[in-house]
Amino acid sequence: MITLEDVHKSFGPKQVLRGLDLHVPRGESMVIIGGSGTGKSICIKCILGLVTPDSGRITVDGVNVQKAERDAFLARFGMLFQGGALFDSMPIWQNVAFRLMRGSLKRPKAEAYEIAVEKLRRVGLSPDVAPLYPAELSGGMQKRVGLARAIAADPEIIFFDEPTTGLDPIMSGVINELIREIVVEMGATTVTITHDMTSVRTIADRVAMLHDGVIKWTGPVSEMDASGDAHLDQFIHGRADGPIASLR
Amino acid sequence: MSARLISKPLAAIGRSVLQLLAAIGRVAIFAASVISHFFRPPFYLKELLQSILNIGYFSLPVVGLTALFTGGALALQIYAGGARFSAEAVVPQIVAIGMVRELGPVLVGLMIAARVTSSIAAEIATMKVTEQIDALVTLSTNPMKYLAVPRVLAALITVPLLVGIGDIIGIMGGFIVATQSLGFNAATYLHNTANFLEPLDIISSLVKGAVFGGIAATMGCYYGMNSGRGAQGVGRATKGAVEAAAVLILAANFLLTGVFFSV
Ligand SMILES: Nc1ncnc2c1ncn2[C@@H]1O[C@H](COP(=O)(O)OP(=O)(O)O)[C@@H](O)[C@H]1O
Ligand SMILES: [Mg+2]
Repeated sequence: MITLEDVHKSFGPKQVLRGLDLHVPRGESMVIIGGSGTGKSICIKCILGLVTPDSGRITVDGVNVQKAERDAFLARFGMLFQGGALFDSMPIWQNVAFRLMRGSLKRPKAEAYEIAVEKLRRVGLSPDVAPLYPAELSGGMQKRVGLARAIAADPEIIFFDEPTTGLDPIMSGVINELIREIVVEMGATTVTITHDMTSVRTIADRVAMLHDGVIKWTGPVSEMDASGDAHLDQFIHGRADGPIASLR
Repeated sequence: MSARLISKPLAAIGRSVLQLLAAIGRVAIFAASVISHFFRPPFYLKELLQSILNIGYFSLPVVGLTALFTGGALALQIYAGGARFSAEAVVPQIVAIGMVRELGPVLVGLMIAARVTSSIAAEIATMKVTEQIDALVTLSTNPMKYLAVPRVLAALITVPLLVGIGDIIGIMGGFIVATQSLGFNAATYLHNTANFLEPLDIISSLVKGAVFGGIAATMGCYYGMNSGRGAQGVGRATKGAVEAAAVLILAANFLLTGVFFSV
């Protein structure tokens, strides 16, 4: 469904993506792992058209993302940003219901509120937080609000950028289960970025390892442990020595 | 050797001129794009009203105080200066002209640059840095329409009104000083003021207000949306926006005064 071919992206002299190829099949959960600063977030921002790659081709259902009709294209996506990216000028429930209150998906305010509260419940937040402002919540709570916003309009394709970073182990478990549920129940196609190997094992159908601007290894999660790839093994087992330098 | 000595600084000057031209081009394209979005839906009425409140209504105290003190000081100066050649009587006329043609629009414009440009730039830059602008895009909302258009439109609507109010309060400041401490007769003062002002004075004042408001809000949005990363990026964006707005307002004032009043 989503295909990246030979994608390059540099910032000044810094080459972040150096010919990245990746295919995400429909209805599957792809997990991208890799050290911090390797370009995982940039990679999904390229798919969404938030960042324009220097070269290469990115297609969704065979349509080039740069040429797609923007509104219709973006309406299919949900995105959880690494930092939450909540709108701090509006209360939590309006953040979650943002998409349901304007544009083509607009519906009555009361209904939008109901949906927002329901999505908040799914990410483990009580309706009490609905009228609060983002600055009044902890980082982990903000992350979960961002997650609720990403799934609010039941999109077909959802990107989760480090959904469990900053959460306690129990809440991480809840979020991992939730993402798995979204894939299984809603049939959504998801791409999740994470460092958390528990997340990988719970969420993933397929895993891709990003390093040095390319996908070093990709395959079904079941084959991850026996991949024989030195980069992947080092990452999975969190070893300091191996082909991935700890100085980056 | 001597050719190099000459060509090096020339090249440096040329480079800066080109950079300046490129920057002007980018701002012009940005402004044109904002204007083009005025007429294309969707329109965000709630954001527009909020901006009108923020830019117009909440600027009233600072605009009022600035104008009041300036009008008062102007009356004192004109009286003292006029006394040197027995022309004290021109206080009402010169205060009126000075406030309406120049000081009203310029001071309100600069106050708006300080108060509104800075807050727009800091707010939008923070949104950019914390990925809120990216989030808007992924939620199918055009940041130009949602953030820039309401602010620029609100400034175009409210700043002329603020200038009008500033003009009136400035004249009142002069009136208070002249009648309370310089011994002018109240009725004569008002009569002279009203008789002296021409419609063109007032029109030029309001037009300047609209142009300065447009400049102030556009610079805030432009610098905010092009902010660099991190807290430092937000600081730079805010500083750049206020500087650019203030300089452009003064330059535009010079041009507009030329257009309206040079015969
Ligand atoms: N707007 C930008 N300007 C310059 N460098 C950037 C920008 N965005 C990201 N980078 C750089 O690109 C690299 C990859 O970033 P990112 O995709 O966020 O990493 P991660 O894999 O941790 O998500 C980082 O080294 C970062 O410094
Ligand atoms: Mg990242």
